[in-house]
Amino acid sequence: MNLEKVIFGFFIVLAATLNFGFFIGDLDNPVHHDVYELFAAIVVNLIATVLKFGDRTQIGAIHLSTSLVADLQLLAAAVVWGYGTTVAGAALSADLTSKIVSLSGGALFANVVSVIILIAETIMQRR
Amino acid sequence: MIPGTHHGTLFLMLRRMRAPLILLIVIFAISVLGLTIVPGFDEHGNPARMSFFHAFYFISYTATTIGFGEVPNAFSEQQRMWATMCIYMSVVGWAYTLGTLFGLFQDKNFRHALRIERFARAVRRLQEPFFLVCGYGETGSRLIRALDRMGMRVVVVEVDEIKAGELELQAYHADIPTLVADARHPEILRLAGLTNPNCRGVMALTNDDIVNLSIAIAARLLAPKLPALCRSESTETSANMASFGTSHIINPLQKFGEYLELALHAPAAFHFLEWLTGEPGITVKPHRDPPHGRWLLCGYGNFGRILTQSLRAEGVEVTVIDQGSPPDDFVGEWIRGDATCGPALRAAGVEQASGIIACVGDDVNNLSIAVTARHLRPDVFVILRQNHYSNAPLFDAFPSDLRVVSSRIVAHECLAILTTPLLVPFLEQIKHSDEAWSRSVVDRLTGRFGWNVPTIWSVRINSEHAPALFRKMMPAGPKITLEALLRDPSNRAHALECEVLYIIRTDDKAILLPESDSELRAGDQLLVVGRREARGALALTLENPNTLDYVLTGKDMPGGWVWEKLASRRAA
Repeated sequence: MNLEKVIFGFFIVLAATLNFGFFIGDLDNPVHHDVYELFAAIVVNLIATVLKFGDRTQIGAIHLSTSLVADLQLLAAAVVWGYGTTVAGAALSADLTSKIVSLSGGALFANVVSVIILIAETIMQRR
Repeated sequence: MIPGTHHGTLFLMLRRMRAPLILLIVIFAISVLGLTIVPGFDEHGNPARMSFFHAFYFISYTATTIGFGEVPNAFSEQQRMWATMCIYMSVVGWAYTLGTLFGLFQDKNFRHALRIERFARAVRRLQEPFFLVCGYGETGSRLIRALDRMGMRVVVVEVDEIKAGELELQAYHADIPTLVADARHPEILRLAGLTNPNCRGVMALTNDDIVNLSIAIAARLLAPKLPALCRSESTETSANMASFGTSHIINPLQKFGEYLELALHAPAAFHFLEWLTGEPGITVKPHRDPPHGRWLLCGYGNFGRILTQSLRAEGVEVTVIDQGSPPDDFVGEWIRGDATCGPALRAAGVEQASGIIACVGDDVNNLSIAVTARHLRPDVFVILRQNHYSNAPLFDAFPSDLRVVSSRIVAHECLAILTTPLLVPFLEQIKHSDEAWSRSVVDRLTGRFGWNVPTIWSVRINSEHAPALFRKMMPAGPKITLEALLRDPSNRAHALECEVLYIIRTDDKAILLPESDSELRAGDQLLVVGRREARGALALTLENPNTLDYVLTGKDMPGGWVWEKLASRRAA
């Protein structure tokens, strides 16, 4: 067992699960989507991205790109949230919630791809 | 660093920056999260928590030490406590990140990788033909100076950092991409443009035969069509290079041996050769011809052996003076002693000798031998070997008859092969031609152009290099003779100051010194010798149809496309 591999896998899976946790629930119901969960998802995703830096293999490159996509989507969701609540209006409306959650849904897809690659890589090595 | 694993500096940087970046993210996350949890007040003094947006805003400007104060509302005491912790955490985070980053830029490996990358980019961006030179020593610098003066681009690989640094101090016209690396690695050669379609030739000029050999084999395998010019000072390496088909092997010692043979049996041909292959811009002084008779050779090394063979091949008697004992296969007279002193020279019979060759490995000893020999016999023919370029002033001061400078021989040979490919077969022909004939040719040409080293260039009559002439000839055009073509484009009454030495036809037939009424054919390759100005004038004639018409017929044709069309319509 390799500690580095454990940490790597941990962060990738955690990024996906947090993302999923935020995403699940009614699309336009603000009660179902917690801001702290989005925050945690963003932070863990960023860490997962940095962990993937510097891998020169083809699979490493795909890994990095999926993470970058997830970051982009989650950050976009956070920006929409921040803009909608502080600049445009005070309350989190159903309209705004659905925008945020659908953006995080896109990130979830990228994270799922990342997890699939992780599994495929593990199976390929057969060790 | 092993060049084969080189993949770019960006990945190296990202990999090294992983830990500090993660630390920064974690510090930011903890700070922001804490700030949204710690209780505070809103603008009316009611208990409220900070939003993520405001927390991120506050941490961003605090962590980067900008510090706008407590925004949007005055903080509670708990928030201030948390903010204090955040400030110290972020300072640690930044210090670590910046420290790693600067450490990376100081890192020798990283800087080497950066240099290689910059060099490879510079080579890739060369959009014009260039030559790859491996080894910036005496030979390399001579050659590069000459190529640079001719307006050709050069890429240099040199293993010694100090020598490569010297290159930057020289005032070259063009920018010369230089890499400090071992040219034995094929990957380095590839980065230096060996497989680049713009590369016109590779030159292995390092002073290590083994390195030159490995460059030769890399060139043969990676770029088989590319001319490879390799210097080699030992017969074994030369044979090895020849065995896998290196296109040009230059052994300066062997080369000088051949020159000496030529000078002994065909002095005029040798003068001709010297005049044609000199460095541009210098004047060749016609020296006296080496006499037959008895010769002394001081220093029986690699070079001494070659020269002894050459002299004996010309039927010259050779006495060797050397400090060591003769090798087993040596036949002839061998004087053991120090040639720099009179007694050894006298014992070898310097008073009766007609020539002396000083070719020991030390320049000062060579000069000492020559001075002593001249003192004992004033009219002795002296051949001096100069090992180091830096000793040139000493050698200039001593009136030797012939001076052997390896770097000069190699550089001239390379220049001849690269810039005027026709020159080498032409010189081969000269070497085998009749002595009286060579003398008449030399006298005629030097009478016309002087003893200054002339400009020599090749012309090929095809659509690319001589479009006007080619178009004129193509569908069974008029008969064009050399005499008609080599006229001054500003006044055709004057002949151009140049002469054609050699023509190679498309059917591989060669004409040595063609008569002035020889007819030119499409596809001909000409070797032209003459003054510098004549080259530009001839190029104008070959490229510009109006000039060509004027030169051939004396009629001044209208210039410009419109007038040309009108004139041809009127004529039709």
